[in-house]
Amino acid sequence: MKSAAYYTAKKITFNTFVYLFLISVALSCIFPLLWMLSSSLKTQETIFQDMSLIPRELHFENYMRAWTEGGFGRCFLNSIFYTTSVVFGIVIVSSLAAYAFSRFKFPGKNLIFYIFMGAMMIPIPGSFVALYVLLNKLHLRDTPVGYILCMINVGLSTSIFLLKTFFDKLPHELEDAARIDGCSKWGIWRHVALPLARPVLAVVIVFNTLNVWNEYFLALLIFDSPRLMPLQLGLMKLQGEFVTQYPLLMSGLTITALPIVLLYLLMQKYIVKGVTQGAVVG
Amino acid sequence: MNYLKLKSTFENYLFILPAVVIFAIFYIIPFIWVFQLSVFEWDGISPLKTAIGLANFKEVITGDPIWWQSMLNAGYITIIALTFQNAVAFFLALACDREIRFKNWFRVIFFIPPVLSEVVVGLVWQWILDGNFGLLNGWLTKIGLAHLAKYWLSDPATALNTVAIIHCWKGFGWGFLIFLAGLQGIPRELYEAARVDGANAFYCFKNITIPLMIPVIVLVGILTILGTMQAFVLIMAMTGGGPAYHTQVPVLRIYASMQGASRFGYACAQSLIFGVILITISFIQYRFSGKQSR
Repeated sequence: MKSAAYYTAKKITFNTFVYLFLISVALSCIFPLLWMLSSSLKTQETIFQDMSLIPRELHFENYMRAWTEGGFGRCFLNSIFYTTSVVFGIVIVSSLAAYAFSRFKFPGKNLIFYIFMGAMMIPIPGSFVALYVLLNKLHLRDTPVGYILCMINVGLSTSIFLLKTFFDKLPHELEDAARIDGCSKWGIWRHVALPLARPVLAVVIVFNTLNVWNEYFLALLIFDSPRLMPLQLGLMKLQGEFVTQYPLLMSGLTITALPIVLLYLLMQKYIVKGVTQGAVVG
Repeated sequence: MNYLKLKSTFENYLFILPAVVIFAIFYIIPFIWVFQLSVFEWDGISPLKTAIGLANFKEVITGDPIWWQSMLNAGYITIIALTFQNAVAFFLALACDREIRFKNWFRVIFFIPPVLSEVVVGLVWQWILDGNFGLLNGWLTKIGLAHLAKYWLSDPATALNTVAIIHCWKGFGWGFLIFLAGLQGIPRELYEAARVDGANAFYCFKNITIPLMIPVIVLVGILTILGTMQAFVLIMAMTGGGPAYHTQVPVLRIYASMQGASRFGYACAQSLIFGVILITISFIQYRFSGKQSR
């Protein structure tokens, strides 16, 4: 029979290893962001020599320069505009459709729903080639409208799925009561269904916000004019220039990453919910 | 009465109309056009399209070594993601499933890389891994390992591995969250019953945790394969596919056929072949998971 001390020692050693593992991975997750922040406060001269995490002098003017000279101010506003428009569009369009799929009866309902769901399962990695041709034909290339519509389409299937599963589980009583009181279908959707769906709408909003804010490739396909570019495109453009201005680039990266990290920290409850629910879809 | 019923059905269609219109224009039409365009030689601008039958497909399969190289690269990154990334994610989830302190903090932190954009992750790591002024080489020199310092992203010997590791860094949080949800779904009574019967921790892990987690492991596996095979923005931001095609992946090749070479038909043929490969892989995995859960 081994002594109690042996077991305690064994447990402590084991736990130490577990914590070391967790902490080192956690540090690797945070450190690149800290290094980005630190680099954004150095100058083009000191950035190549100063390897310290906390710079000797803090050059906050880099952010001013990135905002104006680097063009990140305009990109930032563009990104805000695209993100809010797309998320608003997705909420309206997908909640209307999900509500109809869940509550109404009409010919072809199941077929249409399965086509939407099929889009989530079937990968067509190169459909952007045809999308590019189509947008050219419709004269929607290099326009905000073209980008916003494309991005609404990207988020549609998953959002409809999440909302429909929610409506399917929702009891009908409140809607029946509203109907008896003479409320139209649109009124019930607007004043009963949408407010009740608030928890799942939060998931839809948070996920699509992350998705649109972080989107790069469709923006690359669609936008040629610098004045229309969102942040991700502005970053790649600055990086591609002949001599990369690292402090400026790092300021731009911080401007891009900070809102999304803040949103994540505030809304992480919904993100965890979305990942675990969304995984069931795939 | 009949009129009212008709009006009601019409109204029902109005609810789904916006979604259907957007979906038809931006998903269905491009989907069909990919098939149509794939049998043409077309530069994307000129009104003239030359129908060339299946010549594009033949060229992809027999006459495009870079394409198959890019497929191998993506396969290599996928294998690293399947093994290394998912193993790390699994063990982190196991560690966080226990009674430990700061559990929620770890959970929050591990999902920070996935919420960042691929462009941000790519550019930050490119700066850290920079051959001349990067932090990693700076540290290696400082601790006396200067001979290990490398041009991580522009040396053909290390580029693909470096890209793969950063891809894993960006992606492990997804697997971690799904694994953790799966672990938390295992009833505690099973472990308690096994303990009462005298089973040790390893025995519990092998005979309770692993069998019950198989469906989740397969699910994460499918998501990893589909996600990693199609990943390319991170690579665009870090290496742009270089040095000399060493980090090329299929989607980058499709984009290059379209934008660089202006061969729209060829790009469509590539993407169809790639799509068929992806569907086959996920179908095999799906069948496999069906057998496991039965």
